[in-house]
Amino acid sequence: MSESSTGRSGFPPAYLDRVGSSFTDFLGATAPDLLPGRRALPPLPAGELAPHGTTIVAATFDGGVLMAGDRRATMGNLISSRDIEKVYAADSWSVIGIAGTAGLAIEMVRLYQVELEHYEKIEGMTMSLDGKANRLAAMIRGNLGAAMQGLAVVPLFAGYDLDAAAGASPGRIFSYDVTGGNYEERGYSSVGSGSLFARSSLKKTWRPGLPADAAVRTVVEALYDAADDDSATGGPDAVRRLYPIVYRVDAEGAVRLPDDEVGAVAAAVVADRTASTDQGA
Amino acid sequence: MTMPYYASAEQVMRDRSEYARKNIARGRSVAVLSYADGILFIAENPSASLHKVGEIYDRIGFAAIGRYSEFENLRVAGVRMADLRGYSYNRRDVTGRVIANAYAQTLGSIFTESMKPYEVELCVAEVGEGPEQDQLYRLTFDGSLVDEPDFVVMGGQSEAVTAQLREHFLPGMSLAEALRVGVAALSSVSPAAGGGQLPAAQLEVAVLDRRRPKRTFRRVVGAALDSVLADEPEPPTDGVAAGTHAPSEPAPGTPAGLGDPGAVDTAGGNADAPGRSTDADGVGGGTDGERR
Repeated sequence: MSESSTGRSGFPPAYLDRVGSSFTDFLGATAPDLLPGRRALPPLPAGELAPHGTTIVAATFDGGVLMAGDRRATMGNLISSRDIEKVYAADSWSVIGIAGTAGLAIEMVRLYQVELEHYEKIEGMTMSLDGKANRLAAMIRGNLGAAMQGLAVVPLFAGYDLDAAAGASPGRIFSYDVTGGNYEERGYSSVGSGSLFARSSLKKTWRPGLPADAAVRTVVEALYDAADDDSATGGPDAVRRLYPIVYRVDAEGAVRLPDDEVGAVAAAVVADRTASTDQGA
Repeated sequence: MTMPYYASAEQVMRDRSEYARKNIARGRSVAVLSYADGILFIAENPSASLHKVGEIYDRIGFAAIGRYSEFENLRVAGVRMADLRGYSYNRRDVTGRVIANAYAQTLGSIFTESMKPYEVELCVAEVGEGPEQDQLYRLTFDGSLVDEPDFVVMGGQSEAVTAQLREHFLPGMSLAEALRVGVAALSSVSPAAGGGQLPAAQLEVAVLDRRRPKRTFRRVVGAALDSVLADEPEPPTDGVAAGTHAPSEPAPGTPAGLGDPGAVDTAGGNADAPGRSTDADGVGGGTDGERR
């Protein structure tokens, strides 16, 4: 197709090559400057200059998986945002939560969303859940150079497996490290600065096969515990009516829970904790 | 020594046109109609997997006839262009006109510069807010681009089908009516119809539904197609194919273009969005279409 390349505004040759169904690969061939991982990096660590997102938790329940994130972004000792969203629907059957440098992470989520949609349109079918998890790992791997300069992005990925074997839990969680390592988690997981506390909380409250509403309470409580001990994680903010973002993925697809619902759960958690302060909790 | 034959440019073009036209004329027909709630694609296509109709972007669909490998190539190029544009600008900046222009340029240069022209005919359709804003572009193998009102017919017997449609098409028809008119027109020229109406198995039907918020394309298959053909009320969406899902609504504060893969632009958010808890409504693969 080289003839279409000279002085015409039709499709450049790369568009007509039937090479693959990955949008990222296509960008790499035609517009590499748009890829998050391909930029010249600053010589000095730049981590202090950009907002960082913090704690994300995910937990499976009977029939699906939940993911929740607090609303805080920090820049050094400052709170740079109280209402940032760090959990997104990647497509209809999966959600992605991000911790780390907010700007890079959001760009990566955007690219990832297009990647999944692009595959769906070109192939005419949705990518398998494991395929999605692997594509995300490749994207994180491309960011290793930036991560070394303090601009790390670490996602948490969860989805409803349409191909799950009968009897197996359809809700699955994948965690990542900065080098692109991809690990499937059993039951629950967390990522970000408050993840240590969130995970300890989940360890005590999460049980296999929880019903959906109990699982929502579990993840909201885990974020509450993270906010309790980690300064970079925001707790439920009843003054501004800012509550954690909670996504549920089940047979109906990925759905963001309404703020009222999450607010009620958060209020219940706070009320329970208030009642028990006499015992020193 | 052989002497190269001299052939006038006129002769060369005529030969190429004739070659392309002859091969395209053997193909089965496709009709694209604007109806009250969107744009309807009807293709006579016995294959359930080699599609003639496809999704390009949120509000842009694609239909083609001719050589599969060639139009599939073009469809993929269109999806790539739309996704790249939507990614680097905004979802709103992807228009049918841009895609149709790129197709016209590409087909034109292939026609004039390569030995063999593409044996395809394309339709790029963009669904608007109302039927008046619908755009239907028809592209032929030589790169000519025509903007047609109401409907586009492509294929070997497009003239007969067009004549049929001209007689029966009414602006603002419902989906069932438009489908009936379209299928009747296609059946009138199809040997597979055997004098009657083409069966559902011979049809590939899809719509760009203007009422849907983001990705408007959905295929109408299985029970949903049968019931629309029979003009019964549509059953729940279990017959709608997977592939284009309606994800949940983004919330206020979501950065532009984020939160939802289908979001046009979620900056500032949508005030009533978080109240909806069951946006994705399909079960086991089909999340298109509203709950009915």
